[in-house]
Amino acid sequence: MNINATLLVQALSFAFLIWFSVKFIWPPLNRAIDERNKRIADGLAAAEKGKASLVEAERKGETAMKEARERASGVLGESEKRAMQIVEEAKSAAKEEADRIIAGAREQIASEVAKAKTELREQVAALAVAGAEKILQREVDAKAHTEMLGKLKAQL
Amino acid sequence: MAAQNPSDYIAHHLTNLTVKVGEGGFWTLNIDTIIMSWVLGLVGMGLIWMVAKGATAEVPGRLQSFIEMFFEFVDGTVRDVFPGSRAFLGPLALTIFVWVFMMNLMDLIPIDWVATVSHGLGAPAWKAVPSTDLNTTFAMSFSVFFLIIFFSFKAKGAGGFMHELFTAPFGSNPLLWLPNLALNIIELLAKPISLGMRLFGNMYAGELIFMLLGLLGTIASLSVGGLIAGGASVVLTWAWAVFHILIILLQAFIFMVLSVVYVAMAHEHH
Repeated sequence: MNINATLLVQALSFAFLIWFSVKFIWPPLNRAIDERNKRIADGLAAAEKGKASLVEAERKGETAMKEARERASGVLGESEKRAMQIVEEAKSAAKEEADRIIAGAREQIASEVAKAKTELREQVAALAVAGAEKILQREVDAKAHTEMLGKLKAQL
Repeated sequence: MAAQNPSDYIAHHLTNLTVKVGEGGFWTLNIDTIIMSWVLGLVGMGLIWMVAKGATAEVPGRLQSFIEMFFEFVDGTVRDVFPGSRAFLGPLALTIFVWVFMMNLMDLIPIDWVATVSHGLGAPAWKAVPSTDLNTTFAMSFSVFFLIIFFSFKAKGAGGFMHELFTAPFGSNPLLWLPNLALNIIELLAKPISLGMRLFGNMYAGELIFMLLGLLGTIASLSVGGLIAGGASVVLTWAWAVFHILIILLQAFIFMVLSVVYVAMAHEHH
C-alpha cells in the first residue's frame, strides 16, 4: 500500500503503452474505418445516382411513348381524313362522269329523234306525193308542186 | 489456509510480492503488480494491435468488428469532449481504458485461487489486481497530470499558462495573484490525486469485500451456522462479482473520460 519505486516502473510502462497505441494501434484502425466509411458513402451516393438515372430514364421512356402514341393517333386521323377525301373525290368524279354520260345520251337521243323526225318528214312527203299520184292517176310534177310540198313538210 | 486467523488472512491477501532494489523503503518494487500489469497490457493491447495490423476496409470479421466497435466508442467519447485532433488523445483514451479494464478484470478471479497458485509456485504473496496498488493508479494519474501541464504550455504558451495561473479565476488584480495561484495549484493537484484515488479506492474496497466474503467461507462447516456461513459466502460472492462486472467497466470508463476531459480542459483559455 505504500508508494515506492513501482510507481516509476508503472509510469514508464504506461508511457510505453501510450506510445505503442499512438504509433501502431490508432492509425491503422482509424485508416481502415475511415476508408470503409468513405467506400460506404461512395456506394450510397452511387446507388442514389443510379436511382435518379433510373427515374430519369423512366421519365424519358414515358415521354417517348407518349410522343409515339400522339404521332400514331395523328397519322391515323390524317389517313382517315385522306381516305374520306379520296372517297369524296371518287364520288364526285363518278357523279360527273355519270352526268356527262347522261348528258351525252340525252343529246344522242335528241339528235336521233330529230333525225327520225326529218326522215319521217321526207317519207311522209314522198308518201303524200305517192298517194296523190294514185288519186290523180297521173304523174304529179314534183317540180310544180315543190312549193306546196315544202309547206306541207314544214307543217308536219 | 483455512487454519489462518482472520487478520492474517486479510493481511496476507493485501501483501505485495516485493523486491528491494536499493537503500531505503522507496527503492522497492512490487513485482506482482509490475508483472501482472505488463502481461495484461500486452494481452489487451496486443490483441487490438493484431487486429489493427491486419485491418482493411474490406468486410470486417467478427473480431475486427468488435475491435472497431470499441474503437468507435472511444473515438466518439473523445470527440464529444475534445473538438481538436484526436491523434494523441484518442490512443491515450484507448490505452487507459484497455489497461485499466484488463487490470480491474483480475478482480473477478477468486482471490483464493490466486493464493493457491502463487503458493504452489513458491511465492510468499501475490496480488493479482494491479489497480489495487496505489503505485499503478498514481503512476497513471500523475502521467495524466504531466500531460495536462504539457498541453497547457503547448496550447497557451509559457506566458499564457503563467498568466492564467495568476489571474484566473478571481481576476487580474495583483492582490489576487496569490489566492489565484494557490487555488490553481490545489485544482491542478486535485485532479491526479482524485483520479488515482478513485480507481484505487474502488478496486481496493471491492477486493476487500471479496476477502471478507471469502473469510466467511473459511468458517463454513457441517454445523447449521457453518452451512449458513458457507452458503452466504458463495451466494454473496457471486452477487458481488456480478455487481463488480459493472464497477470494473465503469471505473475504466471514468478514468478514461476524466483523463480526456482534464487534457481537453488544458487546451481551453480562460
